Amino acid sequence: MLQITCPYCGCRDELEFSFGGESHITRPSLESSDAEWSDYLFNRKNPKGIHFERWIHSFGCGRWFNVARDTVTHEIHDTYKMGEAKPKLAPNMMIRGGN
Amino acid sequence: MKDYSALSLLKNALNKHRGWKHAWRETTPKKNYDVIIIGAGGHGLATAYYLAKNHSIKNIAVLEKGYLGGGNTGRNTQVTRSNYFWPQSCAFFDRSLQLYEGLSQDLNFNVMLSQRGILTLAHSHHEMEGIRRWANAIRINNVDSEVLTPAEVKKLEPLINLDCRFPIHGGFVQRRGGTSRHDAVAWAYARAASEYGVDIIQQCEVTGLNIQAGCVTGVETTRGIIGGDKISIAVAGHTSILAKMAGFRVPVTSMALQAMVSEPIKPCLNTQMLSPVIHAYVGQSDRGELVIGGGADVYNSYAQRGGIPMLEEVISSVLELFPSFSRLRLMRQWAGTVDVTPDTTPIMGKTPVDSLYISGGWGTGGYKAIPAGGETMAYTIANDHPHPLIEGFGLKRFESGALIDEGAASGVAH
Repeated sequence: MLQITCPYCGCRDELEFSFGGESHITRPSLESSDAEWSDYLFNRKNPKGIHFERWIHSFGCGRWFNVARDTVTHEIHDTYKMGEAKPKLAPNMMIRGGN
Repeated sequence: MKDYSALSLLKNALNKHRGWKHAWRETTPKKNYDVIIIGAGGHGLATAYYLAKNHSIKNIAVLEKGYLGGGNTGRNTQVTRSNYFWPQSCAFFDRSLQLYEGLSQDLNFNVMLSQRGILTLAHSHHEMEGIRRWANAIRINNVDSEVLTPAEVKKLEPLINLDCRFPIHGGFVQRRGGTSRHDAVAWAYARAASEYGVDIIQQCEVTGLNIQAGCVTGVETTRGIIGGDKISIAVAGHTSILAKMAGFRVPVTSMALQAMVSEPIKPCLNTQMLSPVIHAYVGQSDRGELVIGGGADVYNSYAQRGGIPMLEEVISSVLELFPSFSRLRLMRQWAGTVDVTPDTTPIMGKTPVDSLYISGGWGTGGYKAIPAGGETMAYTIANDHPHPLIEGFGLKRFESGALIDEGAASGVAH
């Protein structure tokens, strides 16, 4: 069971939250090519290591926020509000073997 | 290769079973191969086998970072079925089931295919309408399926609780569906490929791809650089990582899909049973264990272990359907890293890099596809263009918009 610290409500069980996939994805301009649009819609980083992702506190404040979580250990390194910059994490935390 | 028979069993029994040969050769990597396949799971091994058998390409290496069949091939719940929805999916997955039906003979290895039927349940009037549409689509695609009333469901599975929290309104069955033994499938393909001269190299992790002028020329591994004219990626949950080495992105999310088995009991289930809405499926292995699975954990994961919330959801769903199972103990619980695509259809065929091929995005349902996946990828690699059965499964579909949105792929509602 993940323990997720909502930036608004504090630490709660994973069961109160819903997952929203990769965060910090920027929509390309309307003039973008099919390839750029498809990359935006479908392709994901899917890293083995730290993943910056969106969660919503569905059974709490109902607000979206960001989580920096390791996809191998599931350890949560940070949670931060929408619109805030990614936290700086040590480089050796970002990439795991075989990446 | 036809040395597994009743006669050979008898002969070896008289010799206290000391005469058996190793099923495949242990090898060290050569400098160069015609084809290198990354990943010695079911798909990689089957691809090597059909390259040798159907296309006479035998200078092949299958590289495996761990041990053969130790990833999703050894972690799935062995469901073998072709009850898909769209014509492209039905054609491909039914080809796979047809190959499964002859696989024990073809590979001289008992894969223990048991066509006990796969039963899909509906829990509301609307879901029953959806099931009728699904079952009829399957029939239009020349695959067997039969719609069942609640009484017919009860006749098939007498232990089922029709008046559960979400009462059962009926279902449908594909009688040719069922289970087979996943380790046997991996070992049988490995043995047959090895017999053709394919090198299976375990404990050999690919750490980089060598690409020159847009064409792949070899791989860097933990056991040195190996040259290859053609290279194929079949690494399931690590598809994104291999694609990144090759310099392109894929629409894949890796997630943990868990499964579990109970202690063994006498035969009590007749079918492989599945409920899309309450998110659980259960069957009984030949050893008597109940094999239970459900949906994938909701977040990205490479951990190969499942979380408690999904475990609880799956178990409570199964107990609602079969209250009598509540006295059983679970023996094991595990997870595989599944590579899920946005339309739950696999990604097969060519890549943006010349001579580099991909078979991935199998998500929660790659096991049943192993024979046809191997056969069509072998054709694709040998001819450098996609096999007709997988023309629609290429990476390009995400750009053109021709997605094959296969809700039946996972069998459960994700």
